[in-house]
Amino acid sequence: MIELLQEYWRPFLYSDGQNITGLAMTLWLLSAALVIGFVVSVPLSIARVSSRRWVRWPVQFYTYLFRGTPLYIQLLICYTGIYSLEAVRGQPLLNDFFRDAMNCTILAFALNTCAYTTEIFAGAIRSMNHGEVEAAKAYGLSGWKLYAYVIMPSALRRSLPYYSNEVILMLHSTTVAFTATIPDILKVARDANSATFLTFQSFGIAALIYLTITFALVGLFRLAERRWLAFLGPTH
Amino acid sequence: MFDDLLQYLGLSAFSLKGFGPLLLEGTWMTIKLSLLSLLVSVVLGLIGASAKLSGTAVLRVPAQLYTTLIRGVPDLVLMLLIFYSLQTWLTGLTEALEWDYIEIDPFAAGVITLGFIYGAYFTETFRGAMLAVPRGQLEAATAYGLKRSQRFRYVVFPQMMRYALPGIGNNWMVMLKATALVSIIGLADLVKAAQDAGKSTYQLFYFLVLAALIYLLITSASNIALRWLERRYSAGTREALR
Repeated sequence: MIELLQEYWRPFLYSDGQNITGLAMTLWLLSAALVIGFVVSVPLSIARVSSRRWVRWPVQFYTYLFRGTPLYIQLLICYTGIYSLEAVRGQPLLNDFFRDAMNCTILAFALNTCAYTTEIFAGAIRSMNHGEVEAAKAYGLSGWKLYAYVIMPSALRRSLPYYSNEVILMLHSTTVAFTATIPDILKVARDANSATFLTFQSFGIAALIYLTITFALVGLFRLAERRWLAFLGPTH
Repeated sequence: MFDDLLQYLGLSAFSLKGFGPLLLEGTWMTIKLSLLSLLVSVVLGLIGASAKLSGTAVLRVPAQLYTTLIRGVPDLVLMLLIFYSLQTWLTGLTEALEWDYIEIDPFAAGVITLGFIYGAYFTETFRGAMLAVPRGQLEAATAYGLKRSQRFRYVVFPQMMRYALPGIGNNWMVMLKATALVSIIGLADLVKAAQDAGKSTYQLFYFLVLAALIYLLITSASNIALRWLERRYSAGTREALR
């Protein structure tokens, strides 16, 4: 156990000497996917609640597809499926993009989390207090100003508890990245396992690291909720 | 037969190349695995929820530890941890007792592992639902002289199901999608079948998309079933007007 730790603490945390691995890689994957997912899901969620069918339906179809299928299959399609197509390999730009495991993984993760986040935000927009919108309209706000100053600030705050859930689910989902040869925490644990045969210890260390990240994220979101959801709490 | 039809329609590019039975077997495996794991996890969830709500700390603390630890660690990590360790421990045990080497059936190990992991999520769902049943109902049941088991069966369970159903549906969906991971620990499920078929026909993209569509079919069917169940268990309650 001590030897395992001595040999593998560096890969588990940040690097195996050449590449970023372990914890650093997992956190990088998670934040890249979440940032892309968040940025894309804000406009998509507004489109999702649009009163026009041709705006709403494509988004609904997208979230239905990505929430109805496992992330593992999505990753496999992105990483091995698309690259097996002749048409993709023929095009230099697509070929370069899909040959890199990192690009495929982040693409699959971002698409997946974006679908869930879109539904969370859309739900929050839908449950927006009607009086607030009416008041904003009475003050002369309309179009994007109505969304930028009134609807989105409120909707994003109210979706914080659900969003924190999604972030933790996403952290747990990043573990499939090792199937695309990304050296995340679980990949290091597997390497450690096959080199030392200390199965329980190798995966146990990985489990402990994930547990720590989960608790840290839960704590961070609790702080964020105290800051941004104070208006929903009990009044003094 | 399906292939003939495709040929007839001029869609032979979509032919399954004889991998239809393999895919069907994989789908059946996925469904079997998720249903059995659901059973295990619901039972564990009911036990866990009762333990968490019980008065004695001897039951409460382990249940609390179970839900916190399991829900804090990714399911794939737990799957590998439990799956590989089970075998190591069993081998150690059989060696110590000088028995023959016993190999754990991957399917049983998969069911146990998935059931154990999702039992923690179901514990939380059921705990919330049990708390939502009004206390007066329990008191009335006790006053009528119902025994503990009767109280649960006739009074608590039917009422808590209404509150638990959305959570159960959610967990079921997550679990169904998590079964895609069992191919990593060597089970011949739908994903494995699609990968095998794709690799030997050089049509990986097509077969993976097909697998995704089959999953979509299962999740959509579950959605419809869940909506029906929700309506059934909400009999007698009025929904807010929309």
